[in-house]
Amino acid sequence: MTRVLAAISGAGGLIALLLAAAQDSTGPLAVRAFGLLVVLAAMLWLVRPVELSKWPSTVVAGGLSTVGAVLLLSQLDSITPAAGFWGATVAAWALAWLFVERLASIESRRQLIAWSLRLLIPLLFGVWLLVIWELCTRGLGVPQVLLPSPSAIGARMVSSTATLWADFKQTFLHAVLIGYALGCGSGFLIALLIDRSPFLQRGLLPIGNLVSALPIVGVAPIMVMWFGFDWQSKAAVVVVMTFFPMLVNTVAGLAASGAMQRDLMQTYAAGYWQTLFKLRLPEALPFIFNALKINSTLALIGAIVAEFFGTPIVGMGFRISTEVGRMNVDMVWAEIAMAAVAGSLFYGIVTLVERMFTFWHPSIRN
Amino acid sequence: MGEADSPSVASVIEARNLSLTFETGDGPVHALSDIDLSIGAGDFVSLIGPSGCGKTTLLRVIADLETPSDGSITVNGVTAEQARLARAYGYVFQAAALYPWRTIARNVALPLEVMGLPARERRERIARNLELVNLQGFEKKYPWQLSGGMQQRASIARALAVEPDLLLMDEPFGALDEIVRDHLNEQLLQLWDKTGKTVVFVTHSIPEAVYLSTRIVVMSPRPGRIHEVIDSTLPRERTLDIRETPEFLDIAHRVREGLRLGHSYDD
Repeated sequence: MTRVLAAISGAGGLIALLLAAAQDSTGPLAVRAFGLLVVLAAMLWLVRPVELSKWPSTVVAGGLSTVGAVLLLSQLDSITPAAGFWGATVAAWALAWLFVERLASIESRRQLIAWSLRLLIPLLFGVWLLVIWELCTRGLGVPQVLLPSPSAIGARMVSSTATLWADFKQTFLHAVLIGYALGCGSGFLIALLIDRSPFLQRGLLPIGNLVSALPIVGVAPIMVMWFGFDWQSKAAVVVVMTFFPMLVNTVAGLAASGAMQRDLMQTYAAGYWQTLFKLRLPEALPFIFNALKINSTLALIGAIVAEFFGTPIVGMGFRISTEVGRMNVDMVWAEIAMAAVAGSLFYGIVTLVERMFTFWHPSIRN
Repeated sequence: MGEADSPSVASVIEARNLSLTFETGDGPVHALSDIDLSIGAGDFVSLIGPSGCGKTTLLRVIADLETPSDGSITVNGVTAEQARLARAYGYVFQAAALYPWRTIARNVALPLEVMGLPARERRERIARNLELVNLQGFEKKYPWQLSGGMQQRASIARALAVEPDLLLMDEPFGALDEIVRDHLNEQLLQLWDKTGKTVVFVTHSIPEAVYLSTRIVVMSPRPGRIHEVIDSTLPRERTLDIRETPEFLDIAHRVREGLRLGHSYDD
């Protein structure tokens, strides 16, 4: 695989070198130099006086791809990209891939190195995704309405921080977090009640099932009528969405403890609550955290979609639906980016807490 | 074929005409039928028999984990349920059944927390019982960081921490290899000798039963019943070498005969 990538980067570099050499202006000079370097590196690797698997090769690949990315991004400012632009793009991209692949194959026993690699690899991957996105949208002149470039979205985020913050506060800090807490909390408590009473198990669980099948586009307008236009109605939608996953998972988790371990508690003459707190709840934790993770993404989706059905003039869903109508697609993308970051952070925090509490579970302890 | 009381010692467990029938989809299963058994204080009694003979069920009835359908059982002179509520026994299961989210020390602390003992008393009992099973130094390890034999020793320490006079053990070493098993048998015997507890021990290994027991209860299946009770003539203090003596082999032979006679070959 690495040799194929080296070959691709070499070919891209060669094309860039030849096309840029055919023009005389100074612009393509840098492209020419970059192409030459890439071709040299690829030749060394393919003919094999230098082993690709050695760390200097990795550093060279990383360095060249970074230089290439910076060079290509600077070329975007000229009216027409220099000749050999796309050849160089392919070369830089293949080098970056090569670099990430070499990094991913490093197995270090040093905790710090292993940890920083785990962070670095997806980060590099993400940055290169943005670079390619930027090069393609601006290099090919893709219309803003179809797909704005990352730099345009970034500029919009910087210039509209006040609006974005207001939307974030309205949708995430109010509707999502409060709805999530109420939905998960009530699902958990009802699960405990169901666990105590067989009557509720027969009666309530099917109704909970019914609630989970309700379509959100049908529930949202009704919640607006019940709880008004502000965030309370969106939080109610989030409650409806998050309640059932929590209920089902907690009920399943409470039933997860083994017969032997329950017999053990019985030989100690332990009561219901002691068995619950010392055995059944710890055993249910992996299930409960699954529900918390599923719900962390469901809650955000629910709150944003619910704002399409009546809202004050603030909120992430409101902003998306109105800015799309005004063709301000960069603002829509800014909201999407914010939602993605907030959702990922939320999920990440829940996962971290999960690791703290269920470190003993076979899925985590190794 | 019941067994008369041993009049010299006070009886810890008394079972009279004990029967237990499970109702299943395929009709009733007679797990226990007409069990008469009395176990005296300080006895080491093994229940031995082929699978399906009800030896584990009998132990679970003594522990009040199953309710008999007929007959009576007393433990320490009270009903099995009252005995359980008074925490009269420690129970060791086939598997260690340690809680993976608790360290070894906190696993041993589990019954003590349930009993509501103060922290200082808990610490003392943890230290004392882990030392008894040679697990000092492993307090802060988690169960999944220890070998199977060490886990089972920790579960024995957990049962001992209740400080009961009666120890009920259900094939505790069944899942372990022969070498570890021999070692733990030796340790168990020393422990029994040191503490003078009454032990009821379920096994399907003849050498294990003969090596450990003062009395061996041979059971037979379908319906589960007591076939024969063999009193051991071996001295109370034994080493693993005793298994080579003619006396040991003679008892083992009697147990084997009993198992063969009690076993029905019609299925």
